[in-house]
Amino acid sequence: MDIALFIIFAVIALLCGINLVVQTHPISSALSLIGVMGALAVLYLLLGAEFLAAAQMIVYAGAIMVLFIFVIMLLNAGAERVTKTRQLVKIAGVPLIAVFLGIVAFVIQAQLPRSQLVWFGGFSGGGPRDIGIPLFTRYLLPFEVTSVLILIAIIGAIVLGKKEMD
Amino acid sequence: MDLTYIIVTLVKLIIVFSVLMTTLAYLQWIERKVIAHIQLRPGPYRVGPHGLLQPLADVIKLITKEGMIPSHVNKLIYILAPFLAVTLALVNICVIPFGPEIHLDVLGHQINTWLQMTDLRIGVVFVLAMSAVGVYGVALAGWSSNNKYSLLGGLRSSAQMISYELPMALAIACPLLLANTLSFREIVESQSGYFFGFIPRWMIFQAFPLQIIAFIVFIIASFAETNRIPFDLPEAENELVAGFHTEYSSMNFASFFMAEYCNMVTVTCVSTVLFLGGWEPLFPAPWSDYAAPAIFGLAGLVSLWAGLNPARPKDRFTFPVVALASFGLAALFLAGEFVFPVINVIAMPLFWFCGKTLALLFVWIWVRGTLPRFRYDQLMKFAWTFMFPLGMVVMLATAAVVAVFPR
Repeated sequence: MDIALFIIFAVIALLCGINLVVQTHPISSALSLIGVMGALAVLYLLLGAEFLAAAQMIVYAGAIMVLFIFVIMLLNAGAERVTKTRQLVKIAGVPLIAVFLGIVAFVIQAQLPRSQLVWFGGFSGGGPRDIGIPLFTRYLLPFEVTSVLILIAIIGAIVLGKKEMD
Repeated sequence: MDLTYIIVTLVKLIIVFSVLMTTLAYLQWIERKVIAHIQLRPGPYRVGPHGLLQPLADVIKLITKEGMIPSHVNKLIYILAPFLAVTLALVNICVIPFGPEIHLDVLGHQINTWLQMTDLRIGVVFVLAMSAVGVYGVALAGWSSNNKYSLLGGLRSSAQMISYELPMALAIACPLLLANTLSFREIVESQSGYFFGFIPRWMIFQAFPLQIIAFIVFIIASFAETNRIPFDLPEAENELVAGFHTEYSSMNFASFFMAEYCNMVTVTCVSTVLFLGGWEPLFPAPWSDYAAPAIFGLAGLVSLWAGLNPARPKDRFTFPVVALASFGLAALFLAGEFVFPVINVIAMPLFWFCGKTLALLFVWIWVRGTLPRFRYDQLMKFAWTFMFPLGMVVMLATAAVVAVFPR
């Protein structure tokens, strides 16, 4: 059951990812990205990380992508023109990317130790409590540093926006 | 996963789905009637007694109407948008608990089941996630229609829903801090019992008066989340024709309508569970069992009196029927109290849950009949300069209370 679900949603994630690059219209690309995020959320669920799945839906698929789409709609961006690529790129590109992906896969396989597959229900540490307690005890410093980082980004956005207005 | 479990789940699914669909259809009738009475009109009156068959007529009309797809739209997204809106609105009902665990003996099979489709450990976050993704239905409908009014409606809706999600999440965090769980079932269970023997331990009465403020923040934010008056800017008909669904007709249009009412039902159910104690009764045990027959008996007497002194000639026949139905329900609850306890085990929690939810739905309609619409900049200013700080303060104060008085 989980193997079937994994294959279905991994394929959906891959197809959406390819579609994201292939599509010329920004809204279609953004929608494909939402598809990738949704499929990833299902994969998290299959691993037993339910809180992470919900957070993925709220933060990435919900808040961030809505802002993306909001900006695209506001700018009323049209479809992009496809720039002409050289014939050589088209012919040599496909085998080259296949070789590159093969090397990456080989390196990852060689680096990682042989490990067991994770089965649905085999891992139950994905609840809100299991994430919250380490976040506020063991990983408190990275957590707080991240929030400062976000604050800096917000202030930077305001400063840049102000400059534009003056 | 045995056969009994599958059958029980299927039965629950069918009951919940059919009740939800009927509620969605009749909510519109109730809304039109209530607003009509607020404005001293009779409301829908022609189709069936007191317009009771009006929802059926509307559904038939919407199904048989021609589904137009304008030539200038982005077809795939145009069709996807209403589908997204209605699916993401309907899926939330799965995690709402309607009652406690019941033990039934059906044909020799012992069945233990909760009056709830499923309980997630992260139920509250699930509802938040679905409402966060639900924005896409409206936003994409506005964009794909290729119409400036639709686009403005979609833009307004996405900005408004992102802004009001923050105070809503902060207000939801308060009961979660007090209950120390994210599962709806455990939240309701943490609200059972009474302070001083008569004030129910509902969230709204805990950590007085913080939770009352949190409840009000939550209610105001949910008005914006469900695109209802006074925050129905995405479909403000005097500015934007019909907003994001201007270009939609027939069942596509009906999907948006259904999604809006379904969001209303979800939001009222969630506020019942989070703040008003779910299925926990208002009165301590011996009194609460008589509340249902008393209310239905009173309703029966009132409608019998209205039937005997008819304002319109039709009332002489319609009101006694209502009275008969009310007396029947009162008799059912009395029978459950004294003869067949199994009725009350199921019906009592459902009575309290539905009573609270319907009362909140009435408030939703009442507000629509009373308040004017906000201006768009006022709406945004209200969210960011008042609701957000207020929600933050309430949440921090609740956290301080929980930290100082651990339970």
